[in-house]
Amino acid sequence: MKDESYLIRVEDLHKHYRDHTIHALDGVSINIKKGEVVCIIGPSGSGKSTLLRSLNLMEMPSSGHIFVDDVDITDPKIDINLHRQKMGMVFQHFNLFPNMTVQKNMTIAPEKVLKKNPDEAKKQALALLERVGLSDRADAYPDQLSGGQKQRIAIVRALMMEPEVMLFDEPTSALDPEMVGEVLDVMKELAKEGMTMVVVTHEMGFAREVAERIVFMDSGKIIETGTPEEIFESPKSERLQSFLAKVL
Amino acid sequence: MFDRIKADFILNFVESDRWLMILKGVVATLEITSVALVIGVVIGVIIAAVRSTYDKNGEDMKRRGGASYHLLHAANTVCRLYLTVIRGTPTVVQLLIAYFIIFASSNNDILVAMIAFGINSGAYVAEIIRGGIMSIDEGQFEAGRSLGLNYYMTMRYVVVPQVIKNVLPALFNEFIVLIKETSVAGYIGVEDLTKMGDLIRSRTYSAFMPLLAVAAIYLIMVMGLTALDTRLERRLRRNER
Repeated sequence: MKDESYLIRVEDLHKHYRDHTIHALDGVSINIKKGEVVCIIGPSGSGKSTLLRSLNLMEMPSSGHIFVDDVDITDPKIDINLHRQKMGMVFQHFNLFPNMTVQKNMTIAPEKVLKKNPDEAKKQALALLERVGLSDRADAYPDQLSGGQKQRIAIVRALMMEPEVMLFDEPTSALDPEMVGEVLDVMKELAKEGMTMVVVTHEMGFAREVAERIVFMDSGKIIETGTPEEIFESPKSERLQSFLAKVL
Repeated sequence: MFDRIKADFILNFVESDRWLMILKGVVATLEITSVALVIGVVIGVIIAAVRSTYDKNGEDMKRRGGASYHLLHAANTVCRLYLTVIRGTPTVVQLLIAYFIIFASSNNDILVAMIAFGINSGAYVAEIIRGGIMSIDEGQFEAGRSLGLNYYMTMRYVVVPQVIKNVLPALFNEFIVLIKETSVAGYIGVEDLTKMGDLIRSRTYSAFMPLLAVAAIYLIMVMGLTALDTRLERRLRRNER
């Protein structure tokens, strides 16, 4: 089954921890088009982060398939490092490398993995820093940055690998409220440029404004998917209705 | 009073050139400690690498199959056995077993001591380094891997530099323990610092001077190590900010 129009296809994904008692993912299927911005929402423990983290195999699914560019990345024979290069990831807790400067954080992977020329990588890093308004922090260490700055650096660090998809795992959940905006702005910019994005988020405003499609998950299943209007204006399932009543 | 001390000093260190015994003892202690330290660090790094690779990357290797996983699994089992035995038995007993059983055919007591203390220290160094690796936030591994760095690159560029900084105090603590622990080398006839001090005591029938001198020399050596630790830690911190 080959389908060119989808960049990512997830087929009947299951994930259970320990002797099958906890079912984090319970038969999830979803297709994501190139250039699409998909937001995954849902209560905590609904499996949304697990689904996102499965997409670059940070989390190993128990069964099911994930096709990226029509390659089944759950196949043990696949070189997962090659696929992770194509999928940038931004974490809730930034995970910058504290032992490296901002610039080194950004250039280490291009230099070591893509064998990029250091001068070229540096130029690319400075250009990206310029874009997110942090060109004066190139030589700073992560400890010297605010949360919002750290997350913007984490985003451009992932962009250094020129990924096809960007995965965001609750990128603003660990931020002070006044810093959420600056990170969301960078993400909106990225969405406008046509980057394929999958975003796990609690920011309903962002989801509504930027997402082309919203996926609502609960207890390891996708309960409902639709455009922001469909999800927010006319939620069909009772669980989505009660979730929205709590968060909006 | 002063005259007595002076006479005691002359009796214990000057007469028959006994200070030479102390010097020889210091050299032996330093030789044993430094070689044991190198052996310990080499063993420790290897074991920590095997154990953490098994813990962190074992699942992945198992999934991909092949012989390397089984090899790693076997190595991990051997390492755990080693750690259990070495940490579960007294150093002196290990030293005696090394001298009288394993290397029974060797008369080189210093060499046996070096190996025995090295093998002993390796177990502790291994656990210190493994603890250091485990203390690094899982997010650091994930960030490295998500950028396409493979397991070894992530370890080398991201994790290990942070581990070195974190484990330095504990590692130096182990070195301090080691230098003092070599004082039991006299059990197998090594003439280290402690043994030499005791020999002087037994010849001069005067305990105060030789034993206090020995204690003072250990103290100076340990203080030297502490000073080195402080300098290294300060330098590593400077690199961070």
